[in-house]
Amino acid sequence: MSALLEARGLNKSFGAVTAARDVDIAVSPHEIVGIIGANGAGKTTFVNMVTGWLKPTSGRILYEGHDIVGRTPREITRLGICRSFQVAQIFGSASVFDNLMIALGIAEAKGLAALRLLRRPDLADKADALLARYGIADYRNQSAGTLPQGVRKLLDIAMAMVAAPKVLLLDEPTSGISSDEKFVLMDVVMSALKEDGVTVLFVEHDMEIVSRYVSRVVAFYQGEIICDAPPLVALADPKVKEFVIGEDLHNQTLLKGGALQEAPDARG
Amino acid sequence: METTRDWTIPGVTIGFAAVAVLGLWLLPDWLMNLTVIAFARALAVVGLMVLWRTGLVSFGHALYFGLGAYTVALLGKDDGISEVLITLPAATLVAAAVGLMLGFIVRRYREIFFAMLSLAFSMVLYGILVKTEALGSTDGFNVRTPTFLGFAPDDAGTTLRTIFVVLCGLCWAVAVLVHRYLQSTLGRLTTAIRDNEIRVEYLGYSVAQAIHGKYVMSAALAGLGGGMLAIALGQVDPDSMVNWTVSGELVFVTILSGPGSVAAPFIGSMIYELIRTYAFEWLPHAWQLIVGVTLLSIIFFLPGGVWSLLARLRRREVE
Repeated sequence: MSALLEARGLNKSFGAVTAARDVDIAVSPHEIVGIIGANGAGKTTFVNMVTGWLKPTSGRILYEGHDIVGRTPREITRLGICRSFQVAQIFGSASVFDNLMIALGIAEAKGLAALRLLRRPDLADKADALLARYGIADYRNQSAGTLPQGVRKLLDIAMAMVAAPKVLLLDEPTSGISSDEKFVLMDVVMSALKEDGVTVLFVEHDMEIVSRYVSRVVAFYQGEIICDAPPLVALADPKVKEFVIGEDLHNQTLLKGGALQEAPDARG
Repeated sequence: METTRDWTIPGVTIGFAAVAVLGLWLLPDWLMNLTVIAFARALAVVGLMVLWRTGLVSFGHALYFGLGAYTVALLGKDDGISEVLITLPAATLVAAAVGLMLGFIVRRYREIFFAMLSLAFSMVLYGILVKTEALGSTDGFNVRTPTFLGFAPDDAGTTLRTIFVVLCGLCWAVAVLVHRYLQSTLGRLTTAIRDNEIRVEYLGYSVAQAIHGKYVMSAALAGLGGGMLAIALGQVDPDSMVNWTVSGELVFVTILSGPGSVAAPFIGSMIYELIRTYAFEWLPHAWQLIVGVTLLSIIFFLPGGVWSLLARLRRREVE
């Protein structure tokens, strides 16, 4: 299957610091790819380059075969690549419902359509459907600035999905969320995204989340890809264990099904 | 967004109709004159309110106010055009055109840089006008008595009353159109941009373009207000039309009014004119003191402007 999104020889430097070095990734339609790596490994830099926030120092990013390097975030969004953020980017002074209404309005705002009334029944129905799909209908009229962290994340992702993208990049969707809530959140998100058939790349630190939800893992270390494999293989890779998972998890083993558990013989 | 009924358009329609009709019957000339000045300034404030909702404060909209005023005055110079159907659209278009050009620069700046850049542009125009003797230098020059669709009032009282009625109609149209704009996607991008520019870009809309559009709109409204004020006063000069104090007054009225509704600038501007008039009467050498204390009180006790007081009262009624 030909790649939907492809990075070829991608490099990014900030002065003497290299944040991406010869990054090559090809993502097929409907794939769910987990991007892992320690802090500063270059994961978010990669997401920022794909979504137009950063321009690569060199290399190409191909989307449906077309180079998108140099395009602005909004152009890339319009092409069909959307994203969520590590810190949810929402409209804090508006209600949850209004956040989605504004997002829906922008999605159809081409030319004079931007002057159409936003308060329309068809858009309101769509906003309510999104609220239900992402499990945040109970917060409909609450100001977005006062939402709990998990709901902010869900709203952020729901807003990113309004434009019906083909590719969605999630930057640490479970960061700042309690361990009790993170699987609930990811279940809601992944079932909604699978329903839409969207290709997903998500940056994640939590290996339990990665092993449960992705079909492929790309591990970064100091701007380079050190492993690109299915989760069972990737999380057992010695380099990934050393540079991504860290020393404290060396004594863990990966069980069938992807869950991490401490090895019975680890402590003798 | 969809739970409460929006009474703005019926409200401003009834409000301006009532002001026009009752004003003609009840208002003495001095108060009608004051209302005309207040409403002309309010037209510019409506534009500043749109910018404020976007998180932008311009300290230089006297540039467009003055451009509008001088356009009207120049068109009528040397037995030129006095028809308001031509002079007012011309004032609006000239201000909008200059706003369109300068917008390419100012849309890249935010906060104090945006405010100061606007101020710098307005002071350039002020400097030019002060040094141009052909335009009367600091004294300015007179504006021709206006005609309205060919109707030429034959005395000052009729002229004032005609201006008053025309201005009420104009203010109503501006209030309705700007309110309708604020209900559109582009209009809702005011507070959205103030809240989160990054999200707006990642939803696929250009923040720079949206700000540019709002800047041009505010420039056009300031031009219209300036043109109207020139017609009402019958005279233009740099100090009363373009100086930084005029920009300051516009910002003052914007804060006093609050960003809550398109009706707010008209109420706020009227309150400002009354405060200024009475402050000048009571303390002719220190009237600015009263104006300053008023501004401080608004900032401390009514940060959402006088409109927030009305909104608060309405909420209390609902509860």
